[in-house]
Amino acid sequence: MKITQHWLEEFTPVGGTAAELGAQLTLAGLEVESITPAAPPCSGVVVGEVLSCARHPQAERLSVCEVTTDGADRLQIVCGAPNVRAGLRVAVARIGARLPGDITIERARLRGLESQGMLCSARELGLGAEHDGILELPAQFALGLDLRVALDLDDMVLEVNATPNRGDCMSVFGIARDHAAARRHEALRYAAPSVAAAHAEGFAVEIAAPRGCPLFAGRLFRGLRNGGASPLWLRERLRRIGINSISPVVDVTNYVMAELGQPMHAYDRARLAGRIVVRPAASGERLVLLDDKEYELDPEFLVIADDEGPVGLAGIMGGRRTAIDDRTVDVYLEVAHFTPQAVAGRARRLGLFTDAAQRFERGVDPGLPQRAIERASALLVEICGGAPGPVELHRVGTHSVSASRVKLRRTRLRRALGTTVPDEAVRELLGAIGDGLEETADGWSVAAPAHRFDLAIEADLVEEVARLRGFDSIPESPAQSPQQPGLATESEVAPERLVTAMIDRGYHEAITYSFVDPAWQAQLFPDTQSLTLANPISADMSAMRVSLWPGLLRACRENLRRQQSRVRLFELGRKFVIGAEGLQEIDTLSGIATGTRWPEQWGAPRDGVDFYDVKADVEALFALTVGVGHGVRFVAAQLPCLHPGRTAQVWRGDQPIGWLGELHPRLARAFDISPAPLLFDIDVALGFTSKPILYKKISKFPSVRRDLAIVVDENVSLADLRENVTVSAAGVLSDLLVFDVYRGPGVESGRKSVALGLILQDSSRTLTDVDADAVTTAVVARLRDVFSATIRD
Amino acid sequence: MAVSEPLSIVVGRALEEVAASGDLAALDEVRVRLLGKKGLLTEQLKGLGALPVAERPAAGQKINDAKAAIQAALEARRAALEQAALSATLARGSIDVTLPGRGRQPGTMHPVTRTRLRIERIFAQAGFQVAAGPEVEDDFHNFEALNIPANHPARAMHDTFYFPDGRLLRTHTSPVQIRAMQIQKPPLAVIAPGRVYRCDSDMTHTPMFHQVEGFVVGEAVSFANLKAMLHGFVERFFERSLGMRLRPSYFPFTEPSAEVDIECVFCHGAGCRVCKHTGWLEILGCGMIHPNVLAAAGIDGEQWQGYAFGMGIERLAMLRYGVDDLRLFFENDLQFLKQFP
Repeated sequence: MKITQHWLEEFTPVGGTAAELGAQLTLAGLEVESITPAAPPCSGVVVGEVLSCARHPQAERLSVCEVTTDGADRLQIVCGAPNVRAGLRVAVARIGARLPGDITIERARLRGLESQGMLCSARELGLGAEHDGILELPAQFALGLDLRVALDLDDMVLEVNATPNRGDCMSVFGIARDHAAARRHEALRYAAPSVAAAHAEGFAVEIAAPRGCPLFAGRLFRGLRNGGASPLWLRERLRRIGINSISPVVDVTNYVMAELGQPMHAYDRARLAGRIVVRPAASGERLVLLDDKEYELDPEFLVIADDEGPVGLAGIMGGRRTAIDDRTVDVYLEVAHFTPQAVAGRARRLGLFTDAAQRFERGVDPGLPQRAIERASALLVEICGGAPGPVELHRVGTHSVSASRVKLRRTRLRRALGTTVPDEAVRELLGAIGDGLEETADGWSVAAPAHRFDLAIEADLVEEVARLRGFDSIPESPAQSPQQPGLATESEVAPERLVTAMIDRGYHEAITYSFVDPAWQAQLFPDTQSLTLANPISADMSAMRVSLWPGLLRACRENLRRQQSRVRLFELGRKFVIGAEGLQEIDTLSGIATGTRWPEQWGAPRDGVDFYDVKADVEALFALTVGVGHGVRFVAAQLPCLHPGRTAQVWRGDQPIGWLGELHPRLARAFDISPAPLLFDIDVALGFTSKPILYKKISKFPSVRRDLAIVVDENVSLADLRENVTVSAAGVLSDLLVFDVYRGPGVESGRKSVALGLILQDSSRTLTDVDADAVTTAVVARLRDVFSATIRD
Repeated sequence: MAVSEPLSIVVGRALEEVAASGDLAALDEVRVRLLGKKGLLTEQLKGLGALPVAERPAAGQKINDAKAAIQAALEARRAALEQAALSATLARGSIDVTLPGRGRQPGTMHPVTRTRLRIERIFAQAGFQVAAGPEVEDDFHNFEALNIPANHPARAMHDTFYFPDGRLLRTHTSPVQIRAMQIQKPPLAVIAPGRVYRCDSDMTHTPMFHQVEGFVVGEAVSFANLKAMLHGFVERFFERSLGMRLRPSYFPFTEPSAEVDIECVFCHGAGCRVCKHTGWLEILGCGMIHPNVLAAAGIDGEQWQGYAFGMGIERLAMLRYGVDDLRLFFENDLQFLKQFP
């Protein structure tokens, strides 16, 4: 919301620059977002009068004017404005004048005639976009007066961001009132002299929704002029605070709303049928508002209706049917109080954002309509003429606004702020926000003023004291914190350790959006249900991810498109899985790898990354767990999005904890990622629990190594071999290495040669060659029996 | 016959030959010629028998001295030749030490994670526990319990993502406050970092970002304590002393509420483009926990009070690292990521 400094000064002295005022407002909780001059700089522009005006002999559209700026001088000025005429007071830029846009007025010849200056339009002076003609100044402006003085152009505009709890600061007066309380500890009151009725006619109003509309003030004006332009001062004030001039009556209602914070609405009396009822809208009731759009309503909305149907949406916007225009003669002015409960959220539901709704949903002083209607009446009579009827106050029952009292305890104030505020300071500050400050045995009691919807509980008063006194007055004092030991668990691997491990293995950490393209997700996980947003940013960000892979695949593809040929990315984040027990948010560690095995470098081959490279990365993570790492198994399995022959499901004990595999070539093509990347995905909670380390005694006896190259069928996995070797060499096998896997000449097709290194060690004695040979023989015999293995020399 | 040659001449010539030997083989040849079984010196010793008995000791002594001198020269020359040979071998084996090292290169930590971990570390040292909560929230925890009833104007400040069943994506990490207080009894000091979501996307907004919520509840945890904690935090985070100010503001879940500004870290408060020439940067919101919030979490607001604060991790990362476009954090461009070791 915008205000101007001079407007504010009509209510309370500022005594400083706009910048100082801005800082004071900001530090009292009314954040000033910008401070700008009311008008751009200009000089040498004065009030003048056109004495005569004749058509330029050489140009049909130009006039040759004789202008005086002091009653004595006679300036010949050529002017192209259609509205220039003798007797008009105008803004004269004399020779040497400087106008916005770095323009200097010089003596000029226009179609052969000398022009000794320029008559200015509003746009040329930087006072808006109006350029249909020159600015018409009021006749009472003194000749020769500097225009900056005449139009108060040295005013400053402040854009103030009032927080949602401060409906009372949604007006120039409201801000002045808060400023006076904070700076001068003074309670400002607004009094509007009443405007006497000139006739007795009123208008019948029934309030059928007293909860939402406890008070409805109305006044009938007869014989108004709503045609033509509003006075320049009014248009200028509205322009400065960003409101377009519409018509004199509308301008007055907007002006009073900006000044006092009370929204009001003017109906064309001739278009109102019968009487007015304030009632909830009927279900499905339709109404065309001033924006020319039709809205469908329900009983949550309050409407103002006449005998023919709704004529306005209460507290939000008036209706089209009864709108005033330049032929309007009789105006019925509505100045009502709508409660926040009756207005809050309604405009937003219709996609509307209006000044009235913004104020009513934050809370408008219920005592304000009577004052605001008098203020508006005075302006309407002054500007539009016409005869006001009596002010009619419609209210149901004795809905009086009685101020509730709020207590503040001295001890509470001290305990909450952590500092002592002297009693007299509290008295002064609370005294300035309203009437009825009382001392109590342990503190104070305040009657919350009607305009303050944010003073209801003790904490509100604590805030009020701190805010008005200034947060700077509260010292910084460190807390006495309880001495409590913290956590240092070994029952799980810390997430940051997992992150560090991935980084050390060459992966870059990514953070991708939690919502993904449902099309990608469906292609990857055709059988998996996902949660879908009702109001996504865009269709391709509408499905909650059931895996981190869609995001990583997209990030991978974008990097490949940006000329990166080798990509290693990982992410630690949540996936959103709908299971038997409803939605589960599962912390997941996922990665993607494509490109060469090693970063391009001298002395290393440029082989592509494969399953086993990424498997090593995953195994490195499990190596961080203690006591449970051996339980991790990689089992050949299938997942629709992965290569059917290059996929492992990762298990720990009898629990599946993740997947590792190569993207299905069909999807790699579909996603335009080549070569097909490797992907993995591990459930963090299940995968990385750990146990405290239990030290095992180191054997003092040397180990013996025996190497075996055995030939088995292709379908025999290492896991099968390991299981059987472990059985045969039970007790002495301390490690089993695989140091070669060979297919080719010397090995029949369909079979492979696997070279195993058996590391044998006993904890109680040195193994002899005889012992080692016996173990080897047993191993070979078992492998022969179980897998028809042969020994290769 | 050489016998007639004076010993001094023999020695002089021998030393010259030793010095002239170019390699170990040549030197050995010289050694044999001089000291071998048929060497010159050996021959000289054999010639002693022909001398009168009285002269023999003196002559013998001279020959032995000569022999020792030659042996010493041979030894020195051999050491020199060996050293030279070793040096030559080493010279042939030298490498270009400026070639890059071989093997794996480390990856990088996302700047949001890097920043989050720093924030966690700073608060952990002040005794805060780290807590987490769900990202798919219900209306109660995200709004109601935080004193934001339906139709509250503050809901307009949160552009909320909804699911058809009425659940929503949390718009802030504040719901963790409620969840933590429902589980644990005060005194409490907790921070809750995590992803949050707002239905907003433009130059300066991404639909997902990260916040850290922090709160402390105790019997006398005051606004003055909050100021001290936050000032300490920003100075540790930016690793320098910084001016800080609190501006009264409004959040439904705290009262009093404040926005925290720090002295602009780019211009030191002089005014620049980043701080919009105010000299101040808004970095977080805070306040004393609203009594309604304590009540919603089942905590007696007469006995307990506390403060809460919330900050955007991306905002802090941008200020710390000079990143000028929020969207970079979620584009995962390797050229960006690789700048954060």
